[in-house]
Amino acid sequence: MEKSTVFNNRLLPYLLLLPQLVITVVFFYWPASQAIWQSFLREDAFGLRSEFVGLENYQALFAQPEYYAAILTTVVFSTLVAALSLSIALLFATQADKNLKAGAGYKTLLIWPYAVAPAVAGVLWFFMFQPSLGMLARPLRGAGIDWNPLLNGNHALILVVMASVWKQISYNFLFFLAGLQAIPRSVLEAGAIDGARPLRRFWTITFPLLSPTTFFLLVVNIVYVFFDTFGIIDAVTGGGPAGATTTMVYKVYADGRLGGDLGGSAAQSVILMVIVIALTAVQFRYVERKVQY
Amino acid sequence: MVEHRPLNDIIAYAILTFGVFIVAFPVYLALVASTHDAATVVGGHMPATPGGQTLDNYYRAVFVGGARTSREPVANMLINSFVSAIGIAVGKIFISILSAYAVVYFRFPFRKTAFWIIFITLMLPVEVRIYPTYKVVADLKMLDPYAGLILPLIASATGTLLFRQFFMTVPDELLEASRIDGAGPFRFFFDTLLPLSVTTIAALFVIQFIYGWNQYLWPLLITTKDSMQTIVIGIKKMLVTTDELAEWQLAMATAVLAMLPPVAVVIFMQRLFVRGLVQTEK
Repeated sequence: MEKSTVFNNRLLPYLLLLPQLVITVVFFYWPASQAIWQSFLREDAFGLRSEFVGLENYQALFAQPEYYAAILTTVVFSTLVAALSLSIALLFATQADKNLKAGAGYKTLLIWPYAVAPAVAGVLWFFMFQPSLGMLARPLRGAGIDWNPLLNGNHALILVVMASVWKQISYNFLFFLAGLQAIPRSVLEAGAIDGARPLRRFWTITFPLLSPTTFFLLVVNIVYVFFDTFGIIDAVTGGGPAGATTTMVYKVYADGRLGGDLGGSAAQSVILMVIVIALTAVQFRYVERKVQY
Repeated sequence: MVEHRPLNDIIAYAILTFGVFIVAFPVYLALVASTHDAATVVGGHMPATPGGQTLDNYYRAVFVGGARTSREPVANMLINSFVSAIGIAVGKIFISILSAYAVVYFRFPFRKTAFWIIFITLMLPVEVRIYPTYKVVADLKMLDPYAGLILPLIASATGTLLFRQFFMTVPDELLEASRIDGAGPFRFFFDTLLPLSVTTIAALFVIQFIYGWNQYLWPLLITTKDSMQTIVIGIKKMLVTTDELAEWQLAMATAVLAMLPPVAVVIFMQRLFVRGLVQTEK
């Protein structure tokens, strides 16, 4: 797609592009290339000198049990959050898609958590499940469960997953609802005339037709879990206890904090960049083909 | 729907009501906690209904600040959050509408290159390049001032893509007509294109305002002075002491205040919000 009529000014287009290009180069390309360069360097303890060490930072990283732990945590965390938030949101969206009188009201009531900052969502959930004062922690303890996300890694992960799912439902709901409303009624009516019950219609007609939305959301959710949950993790657990909720992104932050292991942190950044670029590429390839079901 | 059965509707209402309950419950508890005194909240036996400390808590949070940890009044943090969120939204709209105009309405060498240079930024969120970006900002002596909070977060392609997409749908005849009237690039932009873009601008503003307001990692690193904290950072800092000493009632009042502006934007500008969300994700 190109415009057939355009302006012919020579200098003006460059001036128009200048602000964005300057900001992109200074705050994106320069730091990104620094991250790549730094991943091949090692700084001494005082940060005064650095020497080129080739792939040593990467080797050191993959020799660390903590890094594998962070990868595993990230995989478990993203699988749980994506699966839970997508299925819960799909359930709500299919209900809201039925021609209800109060449908629009429910939509408003379900989408606003999108606007809650991840870190604030984390604080809210921590408040409910804080072992000594949490309103919901008391019944758990009363039921004989030794609930303590401050000490028990699994409990901490469950809490972070719940907060992340809570925050993500509204986004998925909105896109699922839009996807459902785009499905032509005639197809569903045809299914009904053929005698298919509602549940069967859902699995054989609606769900397949919804697959582009589902796939798009899957990628978005994985990216969400990778990056946007940083605030939730930092607010709820700070990556602990004993690294149980340290995801790959959280480890980039934690390792480089206070000028710690900058080389190792940069190497982790580079690995994350590769993962995100791969995810985006998958998404784009798919988006191009999304017209055919 | 295809067939209409009352039972079906009842089930739908039940599920949706349950959904609203799940979604609202944590926020309700925060609201309740913000109306009780410290001892009631910390004691672990907070009632499920509001208490009588509302005004006192909010007054202390907004104008005085916490007693034990960060003593920064929330009013100050709210100002910082508003300035940075509006700065991010306006900044992004400004740079991206200009660059999209250049890419769509002009032909010049390296046009495609420029577009790709911008486009690639879509792929890497700021979290990935956090320390190098910090160093750049520190070298530019922009730690603490608003510029350091705002500029790195507007380096992204979403706005440019959105405006490009919109400009492509503007009929070519409009430009032809303006040119016959003798309009140059400035007049066409201000008299024709900008008025047509108002809805797109508003939708982008809504999304970017929420994005800017809710930033966490970047402001956490970049603000060294308490007086520059945004409200989202402020809540967390109120809770850094041991849990028994933390002033939860103030933290929860702050959390409520932190949620209010972006949630209000979603509820009262729902149309623009949905439009912006769907379009920026395409």
